[in-house]
Amino acid sequence: MADSTSLSLPATQAIPARRSGGGLKGVLRRRAIVGALMTAPLIALLGGLVAYPAVYAIYLSLLSRNMTHFVGFHNFILLLRRDTFHMVVFQSALFAVTAVIFKAVIGFTLAHLMHNVPSRRQRVFRGLLLLPWVIPLALSTLGWWWLFEPTSSALNWLLVRIGLPPQDWLGDPWTARFCMILVNTWWGEPFFMIMYLAALKSVPEQLFEAAAIDGASAWQKLRYVTLPMMRNIISLTMLFSLIVTFANFDIVRILTNGGPVNTTHIFATYAFQVGIQSGDIPLGAAVSLFMLPVLAISSFFVLRGISRRSQEAM
Amino acid sequence: MQKVLAAAEAIEAKPRRRYRSLSRQRRWALYGSYAALAVFVVMFLVPPFYMLITSLKSSAEISGQVGNPWIVHHPTLENFVYLINYAPFRRYFLNTVWVTACVVVISMVISILAAFGLSRIRFWGSELLATGVFFTYLVPESLLFIPLFQILSKLGLINNTWALVLVFPTLAVPFCTWIMIGYFSSIPKELDEAALIDGAGWFQILLRIFIPVAMPGIIAATIFAFTISWGDFLYPLAYLYTSDQMVLNVGIIGDLVRGDVYMWGKIMAAALMAAAPPVIVYVFLMDYYVAGLTAGATKG
Repeated sequence: MADSTSLSLPATQAIPARRSGGGLKGVLRRRAIVGALMTAPLIALLGGLVAYPAVYAIYLSLLSRNMTHFVGFHNFILLLRRDTFHMVVFQSALFAVTAVIFKAVIGFTLAHLMHNVPSRRQRVFRGLLLLPWVIPLALSTLGWWWLFEPTSSALNWLLVRIGLPPQDWLGDPWTARFCMILVNTWWGEPFFMIMYLAALKSVPEQLFEAAAIDGASAWQKLRYVTLPMMRNIISLTMLFSLIVTFANFDIVRILTNGGPVNTTHIFATYAFQVGIQSGDIPLGAAVSLFMLPVLAISSFFVLRGISRRSQEAM
Repeated sequence: MQKVLAAAEAIEAKPRRRYRSLSRQRRWALYGSYAALAVFVVMFLVPPFYMLITSLKSSAEISGQVGNPWIVHHPTLENFVYLINYAPFRRYFLNTVWVTACVVVISMVISILAAFGLSRIRFWGSELLATGVFFTYLVPESLLFIPLFQILSKLGLINNTWALVLVFPTLAVPFCTWIMIGYFSSIPKELDEAALIDGAGWFQILLRIFIPVAMPGIIAATIFAFTISWGDFLYPLAYLYTSDQMVLNVGIIGDLVRGDVYMWGKIMAAALMAAAPPVIVYVFLMDYYVAGLTAGATKG
């Protein structure tokens, strides 16, 4: 075999090198060096393009508009006084919380339905239901945009057909908000379904059998067996999705770009408009930094949940 | 495992014969589940279906809409033909392919090396670093795009596809590393100890043992890196603006909306063609895809 010959060749070179290292200490030191070398590209990448920009964002947010001098927290105060920004905070919270709840409920329902179906049929349904997640969000949102298009909207055609008045879907703040939440739910629900299905499968079947023998109703099984067993994964998935949804950009940008009259902006799109399009980089940085508290708190709980799970697994 | 399953089935089969009503109840629950799932599938597939329908319509049919918009009266491939012959669209496609290929290679090299280092060669700070990697996965791009804009313009990379090659790995690497740590940790220690005794170096262990054994994880991570760099919208929108550097997701909208004229048929055809590569990958590698999705929660 070609493999074994090529394996033995460098091996002979490795043995003298190890001897010269001087026993266990040398091996350990070399281990640390090799480990550090292997993780060096990762540290460089994440340090240079994630950690440094994060700190740099804080620095930027303290500068004046033309970035020549420090203005302290002026940018943050300026934002807090703006009515548009109040709307951004409200809209982001509404969007993220509602969408996550919808996704969790629908995902949970779908996971249960899937769990009832024999596993070879599950593949077909899973394949079809995961499609929204697979299509790049920016592209599928284009499809939704076209569905919501006011003059020749296919949705309005259906509404008229069943005798309801046609809607100006993206022209009215509240229907526009509804549309965004709808698109986000549509896109993110497969993730919940897959997560919950995996969690459901890991619940031991004996528990349900024992509950059935004790005469538990379907509701009681759900309440006292399924939910407690899945509690951890439910909260993890929701927190994780809260981070992603809260920081979403694509949907709002494509559907309304914040309109009508800045009523539907969320943090990411508002930061884009202020920072990149209007060129006020410090103010834009300040807008996106307002996301930090929510993101930090959710991340903390996600990390705690994950490390708990891995400890249980050990 | 097989035996246990068979035994479980045998146990299940007995009461089923005795209690008819229970089995009938179960069968109705099954039919109900099928029906409900079918309804969900139909609802979920409405947008892609409508995109497909629209892409098959001529511009004249779309603007002069009469009757049901959900069916095509005169199907035509003219939108697709137009796009294939449309030089900027081809440019976007090639740019996207080029960026994605670079990002996938860079991300996979970085994350496989790092995951190996973190899961096997324990060194000072390696556990902290592993947590840090997951933490960076939770940092969304919308938090970083403004400072990155400043950094990239200092590097002279604004409106250059290299900017994407540089920043996309930050989205892919944390999760890929995380998946790979999970897979590498599940490889028994005896394997690499045996190889160490035989005199293999760390790199040989990685190349000849870890990579072949953890292939499912590598495929899942590669799919993830591919999907994320193919589908990202914010970074190209923020950093690219001329059509020779543009990628698909942004180029489609910028190019096919001219003033007030929305060429819906062409937009939908372009969106479908742009979505095709991830969907094709998904169709063939669905199980890896799902493994990647659930890896964050069920592993490690």
